[in-house]
Amino acid sequence: MALVDERAAHGHAEAHHEELGFWRKYVFSQDHKVIGLQYGFTALTFLLFGFSLMMMMRWSIAYPNQPIPLIGKLLKASGGIIVPEFYNQLGAMHGTIMVFLGIVPLAVGAFGNYVVPLQIGAPDMAFPKLNMASYWAYFVGGVIMLGSFFAPGGAAQSGWTSYPPLSDIAPTGQTLWLFGMLALIISSVLGSMNFITTIVQLRAPGLTWMRLPFFVWAQFVTAFLLLLAFPALQAAAVLQMMDRLAGTSFFLPSGLVISGQQLAVAGGGSPLLWQHLFWFLAHPEVYVLILPAFGIVAEVIANNTRKPLWGYRSMVYAVTFLGFMSFIVWAHHMFMTGMGTVMSTFFQTTTMIISIPSVVILTALIISLWGASIRFTVPMLFALAFLPMFAIGGLTGLPLGLAPSDIHLHDTLYVIGHFHYVVAPGTIFAMFAGIYYWFPKITGRKMSSLLGHIHFWPSFLFINGIFFPMLIQGMAGVQRRLYDGGATYSHAQGVLHWNVFMSISAWCLGLSQIPFIINLFWSIWKGKKVDSNPWGATTLEWAAAPSPPIAHGNFVEVPTVVRGPYDYSLPGAAQDFTPQHQEA
Amino acid sequence: MEIPYTVEARPDTGVPNAKLGIWLFLASEVMLFGALFSSYVLLRTGAAPGTWPHGRVFLNVPLATLNTIILIASSVTMVMSWASLKLNDFKKYRLYMGLTILAGFGFMIVKAFEYGHKFELGLFPKSNTFLAIYFTLTGLHGLHVLGGMIVNGYFVGPGAKLWRTQPERFTNRVEVAGLYWHFVDLVWIFLFPTLYLL
Repeated sequence: MALVDERAAHGHAEAHHEELGFWRKYVFSQDHKVIGLQYGFTALTFLLFGFSLMMMMRWSIAYPNQPIPLIGKLLKASGGIIVPEFYNQLGAMHGTIMVFLGIVPLAVGAFGNYVVPLQIGAPDMAFPKLNMASYWAYFVGGVIMLGSFFAPGGAAQSGWTSYPPLSDIAPTGQTLWLFGMLALIISSVLGSMNFITTIVQLRAPGLTWMRLPFFVWAQFVTAFLLLLAFPALQAAAVLQMMDRLAGTSFFLPSGLVISGQQLAVAGGGSPLLWQHLFWFLAHPEVYVLILPAFGIVAEVIANNTRKPLWGYRSMVYAVTFLGFMSFIVWAHHMFMTGMGTVMSTFFQTTTMIISIPSVVILTALIISLWGASIRFTVPMLFALAFLPMFAIGGLTGLPLGLAPSDIHLHDTLYVIGHFHYVVAPGTIFAMFAGIYYWFPKITGRKMSSLLGHIHFWPSFLFINGIFFPMLIQGMAGVQRRLYDGGATYSHAQGVLHWNVFMSISAWCLGLSQIPFIINLFWSIWKGKKVDSNPWGATTLEWAAAPSPPIAHGNFVEVPTVVRGPYDYSLPGAAQDFTPQHQEA
Repeated sequence: MEIPYTVEARPDTGVPNAKLGIWLFLASEVMLFGALFSSYVLLRTGAAPGTWPHGRVFLNVPLATLNTIILIASSVTMVMSWASLKLNDFKKYRLYMGLTILAGFGFMIVKAFEYGHKFELGLFPKSNTFLAIYFTLTGLHGLHVLGGMIVNGYFVGPGAKLWRTQPERFTNRVEVAGLYWHFVDLVWIFLFPTLYLL
């Protein structure tokens, strides 16, 4: 990061801003690029941490009740064994950290912050101070979440969904989970209003809506989902906090008996209310996880196929429609709650409808490959892997969206397999594509292609080794959230042997990330220097701004956009790409 | 390069940045209170028949009516303060903004009196679900009033310096603060009948 600012400051004398001190330049920065990098590094750290929790859980699943090697010494109280209570903490925090502290901040906070203003030709985000506040609210939320491991009774352990009544009576860690979540919600509301205002107000002259890169469209819809869906969880968190701290019974029904004793509360509440509020957020949240990934993959595919995206307009309409629909599918997570067939019918219908725009986008991306002379760069490998992985994730979701088949599959490992196919080899692979793709923009250097290949191929192999067997186990009826991986259930015995295979895959996946980490840091200082547009891209961030962009204001002069985002291989053009701000 | 449209409106969208920003924020707030009102509806319809109390049983309707009048009046003075800036009359602005903050104090004092009286009678959020949702909704609304008072206080105090250097920008800020204040007012307009009268 030091390098970035130094080069920018020396290379461009016209950046006449007063020199900021260390704290305001790197820590409490209001520059969208620095904030994007802050988000990026924090989120990657959280992703690594959340993944480490999972690697511990995989030990318990493969070898239940056996002391965990190496790090077992840290678990003194249990003699190195992951006890079920601790497993629950690991599970709840793995989900929370990966979704709220890892992927969303990386996809929206990091990529959105860094790339959106550059792609629309803006000098910064519309509200730089709010942008800084948004990052720090996220940081505080993250610290509270991590700190909850040290609370009496440990961290939150009621699953990442925090269903009451269990979460209402859980130890202190749950209260910290709620406080952390409130901080994260504040962060995302501040961030999303900033993104929408930026995209609406700060587009460069000539950059009309249908000339926006698809990535910007994806971020635009994502920001609306964050803005309008998160408050439902905010409300739910406030109510649960009242339950836990003020003794109310919003989520506690009358006559609730715990450990043989009736709970001394007024009662009259509804556990289902939490589920409705939670999923009203958490279903749009799933699209928050996937839409930025669509955006990144679209950019990388257009760039590496050297031709326009097929069906750009359909993709824009699809992503907008998807945004609207994502607000009315939430109760397909609740078919098993006894809410009745009328409700189930409504929600399974809307769920089938929402699969259409996803298929439109995926199909457009696949057809974009047709007849292209594809450059198999590292970002392109990840983007290409995204397509079948997301397709598996999406298609395995169909039986879960239909109430009759969901009754069999609900709460089994099939659900976990489905969801992770969407988010892990789906979204996270797209994130990797984005990092390899935009790295030269941030540093002026390219990441090593050799290390990129060493990162990609094993990751692709092992990630399937983890999640595909989950689908098999789930169809056999093995439940999720079992610390011993189902060892005590007779119906699980036939598929139990997969557990060791999956765990070894998970640990190998962990090892496969080492070349990435080395590559990331090595390339910041030692990577091959490249010019400002090494991929030959058409969009403004590459074509109109230096790499790295100027510290204040991004562009030497405001570009005027004259064409659509993906004018690759125009007949008669001098090069195989024509930048958005260039007359033919 | 400076960030454009901080003062003047963007021609094709017709608004400056901050005005769009506050409307988006209010949209988010609508969803927050919407979720809580929906929770109220669900809890009330889910209660055993005949057990949900009438608001009057626990709550003081005349005091709440007084508070409603205070808040509506404060919305009027808020508009007047903005209009005074538009008419280039800074003294009147300070008068009306001061009145708005004063009304905020009035509202909070009445509310504190109401809360205190409930506690004296031994009525707490945990007593029953009606009181739970009452305290949650009015408490959250009270926090919003407090937030608005802090913002307004800033604009009549240290924030008012901007008037001397960039009067138009300052006027826009007061307008944005006003939009938030009207929203807080509007939430109360919904809370009052829902909790006290129905």
